Amino acid sequence: MALIVAVSLPLLAALLCWVKPLRSIAWGITVFCLSISFATSIMTAGQVLRDGRAVAIPGWIEVDGLSALVVLLVSFVCTLAAIFAGGYMRHGSQQTERLWRFYCNYNLLAFALIVVPAFASPNMVWVGVELITLFAILLVGFEGTPSALEAAWKYAILTLMGAPISLLGFLVLYWAYHSSGGGTAETWQGLSAMSSTMPPNLLKFAFLLVFVGFGTKVGLAPMHTWLPDAHSQAPTPICAVLSGIKTTVPLYAILRLLAIILASPEARIGNWMVVIGLFSVGIAAFLLLQVRDYKRMFAFSTVEHMGIILVAAGFATHEAAYGAVAQMLNHSITKSLCFYTAGMVLLTLGTRQISEVRGLIRTSPFVGGALLLCSLAIAGAPPFPIFLSEFSILAAGLRSGHNVAVAILATLIVVAFVAIMRQVNGMLFGKPESTAPVERVPLSCRTAVVLAAIPVFILGVYIPGPVHSLLTLAAQQLGGH
Amino acid sequence: MAGAQTQLIEGLNALSAGLILLTAFGMVATRQVQGVMRFFVVQSAFLAASAFLIGFDRGSIHLLALGVITIAAKVIAIPWVLKRTLPGDLYERREINQVINIPSSLLLALLLAIAAEFLVSPLLATTPDPVIHVNLPIGLAGILIGAYSLIARREAIPQLIGILAMENGAFFAGIAIAPDLPLIAELAIAIDVVLIAVVIGVLTRNITQTMGTTEAAAMSELREEPPPWR
Repeated sequence: MALIVAVSLPLLAALLCWVKPLRSIAWGITVFCLSISFATSIMTAGQVLRDGRAVAIPGWIEVDGLSALVVLLVSFVCTLAAIFAGGYMRHGSQQTERLWRFYCNYNLLAFALIVVPAFASPNMVWVGVELITLFAILLVGFEGTPSALEAAWKYAILTLMGAPISLLGFLVLYWAYHSSGGGTAETWQGLSAMSSTMPPNLLKFAFLLVFVGFGTKVGLAPMHTWLPDAHSQAPTPICAVLSGIKTTVPLYAILRLLAIILASPEARIGNWMVVIGLFSVGIAAFLLLQVRDYKRMFAFSTVEHMGIILVAAGFATHEAAYGAVAQMLNHSITKSLCFYTAGMVLLTLGTRQISEVRGLIRTSPFVGGALLLCSLAIAGAPPFPIFLSEFSILAAGLRSGHNVAVAILATLIVVAFVAIMRQVNGMLFGKPESTAPVERVPLSCRTAVVLAAIPVFILGVYIPGPVHSLLTLAAQQLGGH
Repeated sequence: MAGAQTQLIEGLNALSAGLILLTAFGMVATRQVQGVMRFFVVQSAFLAASAFLIGFDRGSIHLLALGVITIAAKVIAIPWVLKRTLPGDLYERREINQVINIPSSLLLALLLAIAAEFLVSPLLATTPDPVIHVNLPIGLAGILIGAYSLIARREAIPQLIGILAMENGAFFAGIAIAPDLPLIAELAIAIDVVLIAVVIGVLTRNITQTMGTTEAAAMSELREEPPPWR
């Protein structure tokens, strides 16, 4: 029951925002509906912890540990980004008379993001992921400036090109399932039960197609070129959603399929995942060194983290799977915080260039302090949660004998850390360029930042029992040996 | 004479497969926006024909529904939606600039079709079904050729049609390998395809209004700057 509410409320909110008399309070409707959706997804997670899974419509809408975690992350980030959008869009957007459209579209995006992990059938996951892409394209180009439209166009062509490729992948998967006697409707659960009897050739081919098709949407190198453009040109609340969870959701589908392959005799594919993941981390780490725009910087850091999660999944052990899901959780909460902070910097100073921001900690202590903390957290410094999950991934890699991969990964993480801290150092300290009084950040933005910072602080030093059990449950679905 | 009928239908299916491949080549070889659009509509019609043939032969309601959905979405809805959302001059006898000239493009498309045959040959070993042996390689070839025209063309509408042609390829393979896909999934996929056309159409209109061109090559403001040490 709670699951149905969590999934359908964003859709209802989109409808309400569209109704003419309610357009002026679109922000309130969005925040209200999404917070209830967040509360009900916590209830769903509780139900999953008790019973192992929660079923709303059998065969269509079901969640297990892994999907409950993703649903929870999606509704958390979407709610906070909606709160942040209130003040940000009023002050930072040129399109104030079209704001109801923004919220309408935003709710549709939130709906698509929540429903993908809740779908039990892989074919519907494809449909949902394409819907996410379409709604996100419209939001990236929302401002209508030439550079925003250019970013939206690049995003559209590259990621929609992946759509037919992954569609064929899912059709081949369906063929594999049915040709090996899977009688009832195809679900993730049924697929993993059948993984050892499906023809390995078909399974490999299906995985390859889905990996390429969805890899464009995750932003894995070398298909990442749209990501920094889209994530830097979109309105900042959208960047938080895109970077924080929109990349995680297709990756969730890839990991689901990877778990099915790893359970079949074709386990070698794990090593390929390690190689491809390392390639993404490497590309991102070196691009971070030369980046000039702080929103692009956080976007490249997303490519880095997606690569790390893929590497962890490729190690294919229980410990590494735990590290992978923990990294997913920590990346989502930390990266959205980073973009809220970047949005505040943009609101106060009106520039995206790193070189034009100097001495922020003196001109605006709140924004500067938030930037310092979130960059330390996203770069992986202790005592923040990303440090813990990266450390556990490296340790799990060593224990499973992937010594070379761990050495490369550790080096690249250090390069990325140095790159981020060097850029942020210049922004925070030094002499402010002008002494003109800066614009005050709206209250809703400050609220969103404080709320988003709470889990980042807590999870770094203490993982509450229920969170730990949910992560363990989610890691079980990723398999491994 | 059920056997003779099946053989005839499989022959007709192979014929529409060949014509689908030919229309894919046609899209690569055409220089005008309107021509590319016509080839796409013809290709979708052959796709629907193949769904009707196989659906009739195997008594599959799903495939007959897929045929109807294809006609409704791709032969009627998408051309209509694009006509409505886009300013007329985008259609009028426009020549498309192409990165690689047409004879070499056709040669590359031919190589891609042969590559598709090789790529799927290990999969075909798992099944004796003659329809899969025809549809899967041709479907994959359609996807690869569509992807090629997407990369080689630098104009909005031909790029969109490239994506839709790739989708046709996936559907054509799907007729053979996933004939009893649940109807809800099929409908959802079809609606998704129409939405892709709508979203790209709207985006293209906004781009023409703001920048006055739909040449993707003109959009190059966003890129990585050279590193400071160079």
